Amino acid sequence: MNALGRRGPDIAVWLLLLFLPYWLNWVGGYTSLGSRVLVLGLAAMSLNFLLGFTGVLSFGHAAYFGLGVYGVGLTIKYLVPSTLLGMAVGVIAGAIAAALIGLLIVRLRGIYFAMVTIAFGQVFYFIAYRWNSVTGGDDGLSGWHRMPIDLGLTSIDILGNDKAFYYLVLVCFTVAVAIMAALLRSPFGRTLLAIRENERRARFLGIPVDRHIWLSWVISCLFVSLAGTLYALLNNFADPHDLRWDQSGDFVIMAVLGGMRAFWGPLIGAAIFVVLQDYVSSETANWMSFIGLFFVLVVLFFPRGVLGVIQRRTAA
Amino acid sequence: MTQLLLFNLFNGLIIGAFYALMALGLSLILNLSGVINFAHGGFLAIGGYLAYMLIPHIGFWGALAVAPVLTAVLGLVVERILIRPLYGRDPLYSLLLTFGLAFILEDGTRYIWGPGTLPFTIPIWLSSPLSNTLFFLTGYRLFMVALVVAAVTGLFLILNRTRLGMRIRAGTLDLETVSVLGVNTRILRNLNFGLGIYLAGLAGVLAAGMLGLQPTIGSTLIMPSFVAIIIGGLGSLPGTLLGGLLIGVASGITTVFFPSASEAVIYVLMGLVLLVRPRGLLGEEGRF
Repeated sequence: MNALGRRGPDIAVWLLLLFLPYWLNWVGGYTSLGSRVLVLGLAAMSLNFLLGFTGVLSFGHAAYFGLGVYGVGLTIKYLVPSTLLGMAVGVIAGAIAAALIGLLIVRLRGIYFAMVTIAFGQVFYFIAYRWNSVTGGDDGLSGWHRMPIDLGLTSIDILGNDKAFYYLVLVCFTVAVAIMAALLRSPFGRTLLAIRENERRARFLGIPVDRHIWLSWVISCLFVSLAGTLYALLNNFADPHDLRWDQSGDFVIMAVLGGMRAFWGPLIGAAIFVVLQDYVSSETANWMSFIGLFFVLVVLFFPRGVLGVIQRRTAA
Repeated sequence: MTQLLLFNLFNGLIIGAFYALMALGLSLILNLSGVINFAHGGFLAIGGYLAYMLIPHIGFWGALAVAPVLTAVLGLVVERILIRPLYGRDPLYSLLLTFGLAFILEDGTRYIWGPGTLPFTIPIWLSSPLSNTLFFLTGYRLFMVALVVAAVTGLFLILNRTRLGMRIRAGTLDLETVSVLGVNTRILRNLNFGLGIYLAGLAGVLAAGMLGLQPTIGSTLIMPSFVAIIIGGLGSLPGTLLGGLLIGVASGITTVFFPSASEAVIYVLMGLVLLVRPRGLLGEEGRF
């Protein structure tokens, strides 16, 4: 395969994303749907950094996503009406919480790790749910919205202009994805793959496995909280359900559906998930049954995901 | 104040007994099959609703006897069709599958029986308080404690005294060897799953009598059950029992002093246990 052939899919993805607001309406979508795909795709790709490339099963990423959501919402509502500052607060809150909880759980493996991440995820949910006076409780945090970004000379109106907001999301997405791709190509990323493939052998080679898993966990949670801040800005609202366990399950199914072992897999999974959700919830009230059935069918008949199947076809 | 404390302590103990009953079933399935059964709460709800349907026909006692068995049969079928193909695969897949199943069961109960809280009739002589000063000591609550004690005793008798129980315990330690010794591990896992679901169904009938019956009853009880297992130590059934009672009492006491933290406190407790003793209170070193 020549160089262009190898880079072909990457170039295609970036071109599609770059011009998305211009072709999405044409196929029956709308710009904020595209932003939603990109935000949830970023969350699923960040989760997959841990799940697919380090081989660690986290089922509690919604907690850090939600910290991003509430970080930006609370900052804009109570502290400073600045979009960028709010995002910084959300990301830092998510990363610090992940770093601390990571210290507690980094030695656990497999289903034990999954269970503890699920359980820890609920702490933040109950805080958001119960601390009515600050977080708005079950009703969510409303009464705030994203602010135009002030660049000194000019300001970008991301509130009124959907396209401008889409490109803000795309910039964040690009930076995050580029960092994750670079990390995966680096010796650090190769070490993570080695841990995924054979943890015991990696340990015998002198690799500090726990430290690597901790780092991978924190990086993954940091980008998930970035996605959370963008999600809050997209909705102009913070919903306690954004940090509940069902949200974590959604991220995992996106990664599995698109293909956990492929870099772009989770983005494709997120696109399918978001479009389905948009369509089905307008058709029926039984969205929960539908998504439940969807989970079951994907697991039983489509466990490799879209890109997993395609990779297999082309390899054979 | 003393009475309030006593009331919440007792309440916590009862809730803890619930968590323990549910967590024991989860733990059984987890230990033998390595499956985190997210749908456990859904089965609990099914148990409650089945009892609700049966009460007009066979009375409370009949429903208490029959509903958990029917729930267990449903569990056997679900294990056979949906979960068996996933053994030996990445635990991620069984987790996702039972996750989806939990959604289906919750939405299904809502679809069939409606979203509201249904009245659940318990015998009158059980629902009246036994004494005036200790108003919270209703017969039903005492009865529940007795029944949980009976169920847990029964479970440990099955595990320690019967052939099935011995095989389950042996399989938990080394399933391959058990299989080589001529035990059909497919049937063993199936029955074990059914046993776990039976406990969920039983907990469902009891919970319906105390909390009222609504579709979300399962999903509110499942997270504390996970915490109970983690605190008690993965792989240890006595640990799970201890964990359940402990978090029940902890959240009961917190209700007195700081009500809005009554849910969060159990997670703090879990964090402390993981910090001091990562394998859980009674967990074995190096099993997970």
